[in-house]
Amino acid sequence: MLLFSRQGKLRLQKWYVPLSDKEKKKITRELVQTVLARKPKMCSFLEWRDLKIVYKRYASLYFCCAIEDQDNELITLEIIHRYVELLDKYFGSVCELDIIFNFEKAYFILDEFLLGGEVQETSKKNVLKAIEQADLLQEAIACEASVITLTVSQITLK
Amino acid sequence: MRGLAVFISDIRNCKSKEAEIKRINKELANIRSKFKGDKALDGYSKKKYVCKLLFIFLLGHDIDFGHMEAVNLLSSNRYTEKQIGYLFISVLVNSNSELIRLINNAIKNDLASRNPTFMGLALHCIANVGSREMAEAFAGEIPKILVAGDTMDSVKQSAALCLLRLYRTSPDLVPMGDWTSRVVHLLNDQHLGVVTAATSLITTLAQKNPEEFKTSVSLAVSRLSRIVTSASTDLQDYTYYFVPAPWLSVKLLRLLQCYPPPEDPAVRGRLTECLETVLNKAQEPPKSKKVQHSNAKNAVLFEAISLIIHHDSEPNLLVRACNQLGQFLQHRETNLRYLALESMCALASSEFSHEAVKTHIDTVINALKTERDVSVRQRAVDLLYAMCDRSNAQQIVAEMLSYLETADYSIREEIVLKVAILAEKYAVDYAWYVDTILNLIRIAGDYVSEEVWYRVIQIVINRDDVQGYAAKTVFEALQAPACHENLVKVGGYILGEFGNLIAGDPRSSPLVQFNLLHSKFHLCSVPTRALLLSTYIKFVNLFPEVKTTIQDVLRSDSQLRNADVELQQRAVEYLRLSTVASTDILATVLEEMPPFPERESSILAKLKKKKGPSTVTDLEDTKRERSVDVNGGPEPTPANTSAVSTPSPSADLLGLGAPPAPAGPPPSSGGGLLVDVFSDSPSAVAPLAPGSEDNFARFVCKNNGVLFENQLLQIGLKSEFRQNLGRMFIFYGNKTSTQFLNFTPTLICPDDLQRTRLNLQTKPVDPTVDGGAQVQQVVNIECVSEFTEAPVLNIQFRYGGTFQNVSVQLPITLNKFFQPTEMASQDFFQRWKQLSNPQQEVQNIFKAKHPMDTEITKAKIIGFGSALLEEVDPNPANFVGAGIIHTKTTQIGCLLRLEPNLQAQMYRLTLRTSKETVSQRLCELLSEQF
Repeated sequence: MLLFSRQGKLRLQKWYVPLSDKEKKKITRELVQTVLARKPKMCSFLEWRDLKIVYKRYASLYFCCAIEDQDNELITLEIIHRYVELLDKYFGSVCELDIIFNFEKAYFILDEFLLGGEVQETSKKNVLKAIEQADLLQEAIACEASVITLTVSQITLK
Repeated sequence: MRGLAVFISDIRNCKSKEAEIKRINKELANIRSKFKGDKALDGYSKKKYVCKLLFIFLLGHDIDFGHMEAVNLLSSNRYTEKQIGYLFISVLVNSNSELIRLINNAIKNDLASRNPTFMGLALHCIANVGSREMAEAFAGEIPKILVAGDTMDSVKQSAALCLLRLYRTSPDLVPMGDWTSRVVHLLNDQHLGVVTAATSLITTLAQKNPEEFKTSVSLAVSRLSRIVTSASTDLQDYTYYFVPAPWLSVKLLRLLQCYPPPEDPAVRGRLTECLETVLNKAQEPPKSKKVQHSNAKNAVLFEAISLIIHHDSEPNLLVRACNQLGQFLQHRETNLRYLALESMCALASSEFSHEAVKTHIDTVINALKTERDVSVRQRAVDLLYAMCDRSNAQQIVAEMLSYLETADYSIREEIVLKVAILAEKYAVDYAWYVDTILNLIRIAGDYVSEEVWYRVIQIVINRDDVQGYAAKTVFEALQAPACHENLVKVGGYILGEFGNLIAGDPRSSPLVQFNLLHSKFHLCSVPTRALLLSTYIKFVNLFPEVKTTIQDVLRSDSQLRNADVELQQRAVEYLRLSTVASTDILATVLEEMPPFPERESSILAKLKKKKGPSTVTDLEDTKRERSVDVNGGPEPTPANTSAVSTPSPSADLLGLGAPPAPAGPPPSSGGGLLVDVFSDSPSAVAPLAPGSEDNFARFVCKNNGVLFENQLLQIGLKSEFRQNLGRMFIFYGNKTSTQFLNFTPTLICPDDLQRTRLNLQTKPVDPTVDGGAQVQQVVNIECVSEFTEAPVLNIQFRYGGTFQNVSVQLPITLNKFFQPTEMASQDFFQRWKQLSNPQQEVQNIFKAKHPMDTEITKAKIIGFGSALLEEVDPNPANFVGAGIIHTKTTQIGCLLRLEPNLQAQMYRLTLRTSKETVSQRLCELLSEQF
């Protein structure tokens, strides 16, 4: 799965098959060029090598998945949409900048939704619950940390 | 992590690539010094720096350090630090064995931690990396986690997909065991997320181990049935835009595609109900205007159609599916049109829905003309190809040809191949075939690959009925002021072989033909010129009157001293050949090419190679494949044999590399040297090969072609008959790459008495046949008196240690000794009356087995050997023929009359000859032909 901007800048990449970095770069370049060249009214599927590419544009971002021949194109299109919904819900009206500055979150959400290239959890609620739980853990730690600083400052005061 | 955010905005503010690199290098130096510094970093800083490195890597820069710090983060007890550590590993892993061991250790600890969030992270990491080392470490462990009763649902989901990933990378490391049956039962799980993940896993495992997961079918059907019949609110958050659990439905339908239709009638009935429900829902008004609603709904619909096509057993569902797709063909959503075209391709190859697909031909042709997206047009081409059959071939080929003129460059070559294949496969009339291919060259010459024009030549050479037409057509096509080089090649070859057939017309006299070809000569590339030189020498043989003109051309400096060594050599050799050789030798060396062995079309092989075999299987192929088990029919030819059937480029095209077979000794001379083949009777003779009778029947009206073919051996025939004598060349081709040993063909007459009726003489062939080689055997035939049974050819040889034994009937039939007799109407009826004795007449009324086409019928009667008498019968629809059967002892006059009845699709065939047995036999032979 690839996410890239209208300018062809890669924002997120997730590979579910082992490839060397060189190959990844080559494929990315090739796909970005092909997809950007397509006109808005064209269909969202195209054949590429022995795979099919399913892509959709959301504002300035293109979301792009490669699937195998027998895979279902329409459901893949909705996988993309569901991911966008998840990002949207999490960030509250997501924009490209959210994904740039919180790229690690975008990856975590994707991992909860898709694993090994297959859908893991389709319920929006469940995915977000998992992410929120993780965030709660993070905040608890942050609290703890401030307590520690506080103690330290208290000690120095003494 | 403020530091990270600052760094990211710094990078974004960089005005140039150089500034960005500078900023990154600065940061890398900073991080490196931090990592190397004496002061131990706390977890937060480590996390921050690792995260920065990750960001830099994702920008496309190489990262060569920091792995160790990331691994350290894995053993942190803080969730976020662990999380970033795992993310870094997942994105940047390389197979550094030292690291992998450390990573695996950390994962092992987390899996054992019983903390579901940690377990989740560890499983995600395994699934993301999925390396072999990880499979070795965890493939045994994960199934246990998956089926353990106390595992949390979310961990089960991750474990299922994690196992799936490991199975994909290293199937050998994932042992099947008793956990498999418990995995199947996850299909019944309360939690739909678990069911979704488990279905993905089971589908992949079931593809390789169908037996092990057979029980999943009924569970999947009942789960599917509960989903499709549920109200849209039942499944709560698993309902997506009013569609209940679309992802799970699609996955369950995929799983069912690993299996044939369920045997249990109850399960089968339930599944059919489900599929019907899905089809019904497609007709309901949409519950939402959102594209997500229709996409999800149609995703399930298309998957259901795929399952229907896969089962290919319910005609009713297939036709309904086809109608549904037909609606989509005109939908305003491009995506749906694309998918409908794609699915229909598969439907076209089912015998139940082929006809239903054909009704959409006009829409598809329209799509080809009006779609704005090339990938959709490509689908339309594929569908037209798939729906093509004899009834619509002419229309489809014409449409594809006209589309070709404006087609996108990217798909031209493929369209050319498809047109060439369809034209050949469904040619009723070979003149149409030749026209089509020449048009193809005219419209898209650059995209016509060698295979295409080789093929047209193979076909013209193998079919004597089209040769004259082909010569005339290429001659006309060559008149165009600018014609494609491929046309010059085809034209050169065909005129070289069959130019004599049109030489009678002063407008295409030998000299005109030669001048026409030679006017193109200087514009052509070297291989084409080489081919034309061969044509010229063939002309020397065909038309002695242009010999001096051609010799002058060959003698010119531009030929004899051509800088290209091949051209020079040809010019020198041909010139010499034309000067020194007598006409007899010339005629032998430059004899017409023998027919090409009939093999899988090399074009088809090329298309398969281009598109993958699945895309070109069509209805007939599938049917053939099905029938293989039943009657042991021909195995699909492996694609590599096409290399053999493709003639090598220009140099050998005219067969000069392999000169035509030298004529065998005439039957009268050297008889003593001939070994009587009947003297050693073979040990055991195989029963006739399946299909050999059909092949036999095909040879009644023709003399050349392939008599028999299996995976190992091909037998081709070329024969000629004159009066009561004949000569048959039998070509044995070894299709394998291994030698045949003790290769012994034997001729057997079924009834010993027949030796007095039919006299066959031949020489034994060399007992070894090299791989890919062809040997020939000449049989001299003498018809002593009339006969009925045909001789049998038995071939025995050893191939790779196994003994092979093949028998086929040799098509030496009484009608081969026909001499046609022309006569006027009056004479015909006079003789007809003379033969009015009831024993002399044999009549047969039979149903037409082939389409009743006048031209084909005429060709068959002529091929049968008698003269076809026009304007003799008062009813012009009837056919009458006359001829004399020559045997050594006697001559038998024969008259025949064939009355077709188009309404009833029947024929009445009447034979009158002076001998009852002859009438009987000829009537039998000829009846089989219509």
